[in-house]
Amino acid sequence: MTKEKESTIATALEEYLEGRGVSRRSFLTFCSSMAATLALPASFADKAAAAIAEDNRPPIIWLEFQDCAGDTESFLRASRPTAAELVLDYLSVDYHETIMAAAGHQAEAARQKTLDEWAGKYIVIVEGSIPTAQGGIHCTIAGHTAMDILQKVGGGAAAVIAVGTCATSGGIAAAHPNPTGAVGVKELLPNKPVINLPGCPMNVVNLTATIVHYLTFGTLPTTDKLGRPLFAYGKRIHDNCERRAHFDQGQYVEAWGDAGHRQGWCLYKMGCKGPATFHNCPTVKWNDGQSWPVQAGHGCVGCSEPGFWDTMGPFYDRLPNVPGFDITDATATKVGLGLTAAAAAGFAVHGVAKTMTLRSGDDEE
Amino acid sequence: MSKKIVVDPVTRIEGHLRIEAVVDNGKIVDAWSSSTMWRGIENILKGRDPREAWYWTQRFCGVCTTVHSIASIRAVEDAIDVTVPLNAELIRNIIMGIQSVQDHVIHFYHLHALDWVNIVGALSADPKKTSDLASAIGNKYGKILGVAPYAKNSADYFATVQKRVGEFVNKGRLGLFAPGEIWSHPAYKLPNEANLMAVAHYLEALDWQKEIIKIHAILGSKNPHPQSFLVGGMSIPVDPNSQNAINADKIAHIKQLLKQAADFVKQIYIPDLLAIAPFYVKEGWAGIGGGQGEFDFLSFGDFPTEAGQKRENFWLKPGLVSLKDGDIKLLPVNPDDISEFVTHSWYNYDGGDDKGLHPFDGETTENYTGPKPPYKELNTGENDKYSWVKAPRYAGRPAEVGPLARMLVGYLQGQSEIKGLVDLVLSDLSASTGIKVGVPHLFSTLGRTAARGIETLIMVDKTSEWVDMLVANIKAGDLRVHAGEKWDPSDWPSKCKGVGFHEAPRGMLSHWINIEDGKIANYQAVVPSTWNASPRDATGQRGPYEAALIGTPIADENQPLEILRTIHSYDPCLACAVHVLDTEGNEITRVKVL
Repeated sequence: MTKEKESTIATALEEYLEGRGVSRRSFLTFCSSMAATLALPASFADKAAAAIAEDNRPPIIWLEFQDCAGDTESFLRASRPTAAELVLDYLSVDYHETIMAAAGHQAEAARQKTLDEWAGKYIVIVEGSIPTAQGGIHCTIAGHTAMDILQKVGGGAAAVIAVGTCATSGGIAAAHPNPTGAVGVKELLPNKPVINLPGCPMNVVNLTATIVHYLTFGTLPTTDKLGRPLFAYGKRIHDNCERRAHFDQGQYVEAWGDAGHRQGWCLYKMGCKGPATFHNCPTVKWNDGQSWPVQAGHGCVGCSEPGFWDTMGPFYDRLPNVPGFDITDATATKVGLGLTAAAAAGFAVHGVAKTMTLRSGDDEE
Repeated sequence: MSKKIVVDPVTRIEGHLRIEAVVDNGKIVDAWSSSTMWRGIENILKGRDPREAWYWTQRFCGVCTTVHSIASIRAVEDAIDVTVPLNAELIRNIIMGIQSVQDHVIHFYHLHALDWVNIVGALSADPKKTSDLASAIGNKYGKILGVAPYAKNSADYFATVQKRVGEFVNKGRLGLFAPGEIWSHPAYKLPNEANLMAVAHYLEALDWQKEIIKIHAILGSKNPHPQSFLVGGMSIPVDPNSQNAINADKIAHIKQLLKQAADFVKQIYIPDLLAIAPFYVKEGWAGIGGGQGEFDFLSFGDFPTEAGQKRENFWLKPGLVSLKDGDIKLLPVNPDDISEFVTHSWYNYDGGDDKGLHPFDGETTENYTGPKPPYKELNTGENDKYSWVKAPRYAGRPAEVGPLARMLVGYLQGQSEIKGLVDLVLSDLSASTGIKVGVPHLFSTLGRTAARGIETLIMVDKTSEWVDMLVANIKAGDLRVHAGEKWDPSDWPSKCKGVGFHEAPRGMLSHWINIEDGKIANYQAVVPSTWNASPRDATGQRGPYEAALIGTPIADENQPLEILRTIHSYDPCLACAVHVLDTEGNEITRVKVL
């Protein structure tokens, strides 16, 4: 970048931020924190600042189908940037049923305007699964099926971001016996770039990081074979877990509220699915880094894995067939500290990781 | 000349709702409320572990993200007869309390305010006059509620907000606030200074809500969808001498966040509500949307303060305010008097669709008979089915549930906290408008919105009391958070059933579970928006939304803003409302495509 251009951008940026009551310093802090979430070099902050200063707010169409609005609520918990900054300053959220002012045909008209004026350039965010049984009668909006709306709106998008496990792989509605034939976005838009941000709900940190990545580099982040960005889903919960040392030491919670539970011991025996789950909960946590399920004394249920509703349950049964143990549940109850520690050590150096028959994350290995 | 109008999607709600209404001479003369989405979660629950039902049913809704967990664990605890330790009850109360406060404030600013507040009008406001207005109401209500006025009320502050919004609007890309024509609707009546003040607080509330809900993260790991619920207690341990449990530091953090919550409610929300309401009282909105006696008001009580306490002794007491025969009567309630109809819902009952079934005997077989998509209108003939929502009835009558029902029940019971605040609000509105505003005005669109504010004020202080009770109990040496003696399903009776009630932000919620051999045999949820959004029943009685809309004036049939006002006053949550199970495990019925 030439010095001249740098200075133009710096001025534009300052004017832009001033109009929003944001100091340049707090903005750069935000860019740096995004760089950290994305595991990018420090120079990222400057590039992000430049991209955002050009005021090319991408139009966003947020579709909700078989959803509970949990991902929308998660979006509202954004803190870097905040939801207000996202909807006013960074993005042009042209359609989002839960928070938009217009209703009925005026809401539809607002969406159509974006489709016409920004064809091929807008971003679609999808929340909720899409029912396909019986011609799609289980979800209609303004008389149109979710399937039709997704094809029409998603078809003309620059990119599609599926948020939450329902939109990424069908989620709860697709759990056995899947009465409505619910599926995720990618299944219906096989030829579109689709970024999957599973989780129940998705953690908004991962959505803001994906958007900023796109704004900055004009590309989508690198993903695993399930379409999940590596910056958020590249590691097992178990590998970053704050209670990992207790697992390695064979210190397990045996009953809710027992001494080990109060002291933060490992929740494996209480059903934790952290060893089979790829997600960044332990590192970014939730609600501004406040906590995450294991920290609150409850096991992980594997909510970022496709089909977790069926494959990770019963949620309070310990993980079946954990290869580090290579023994049945019944035996695991009896294993002493020594054996557990030995097995855990093997687990720790990933000597057994390759043999693990874990469900989805293996695709990338 | 009468005309049918359709609002679909109804936005600024949770879920998928469609309203069809007949307008004649500028007024609504008939209405149909339809939910257009179904997932079948209760059907999916069959055969699973009852101890994890809370995690599944929590996904009914991500907005009222704790309420189904609470009702679900209570249902299982009732079925297997387990007494939850006091610490866990109080932690649950705190989680429920802050959920209610956050939910109500988000509803007021982000889901409801734009029905009354003109965001484009705010651009023409004088920031200095806005500052004067904000100071005046801040001082007035600060004295009444015992708080200092909100610090951000200078002319500079409002000018900055105006500039930010103005820049956004002037770009011609209105985003969430498009299309621009909606802001020229004649039913917007606020002075522009009040518009600007409310828009500023819309933005403040967005930032505030993510902070105060951190209480859920501290006690429940995250929000939305906290994950520390357990049948028999909570998974968040209590131990003042551990860094991995609720200790003095975490209590201090909770108290700090609760203060932030209370300050916002008392310095901003309630003053805004009482500053905006008079303009619309004058427009008649305290006489619109009440339903003219077609439905009753129901609350089942909540918030235990002792371990093993009976429901009738909970802080909030159960009751029914009945308007049958034209009088306002307070009656006792009985769970046996609840039934659900599917006469006009897309399901069939084995014994015929003209009878109601009690939730324990609930059955639902999907039977979509609506139009084939894409469609322009639903079939709303006398015998037609038109919604995925069932029709719950109490003693055969439709009932509204929610903050208004709770405040009415509490008021008529003479509950001191409720009565005092309701009277205060009524006399304040009378003074500001010069119109005598009394209890009958509560049965209205504005009454519903005011009741939600009153409840928030009560809940935010109540939640602090529960924190103090938790501290006292820990101080007394009780560290129990879970009753483990019945954790193992093999210790349960081979057959048992239970019900869990909860007064959720949107109203009375009940989960009904039948357990066989440690597995879910039957699961039924009768949720607040099922009551409120229900379609007609076997005798043709309209549901509360439908009845409340009748008589509503419509200034512009192409922009039926007035429909949104009344529907939003209920704070609809449609993903919750729609549910089904198939008790017999029947194959899902094939739908005849029309």
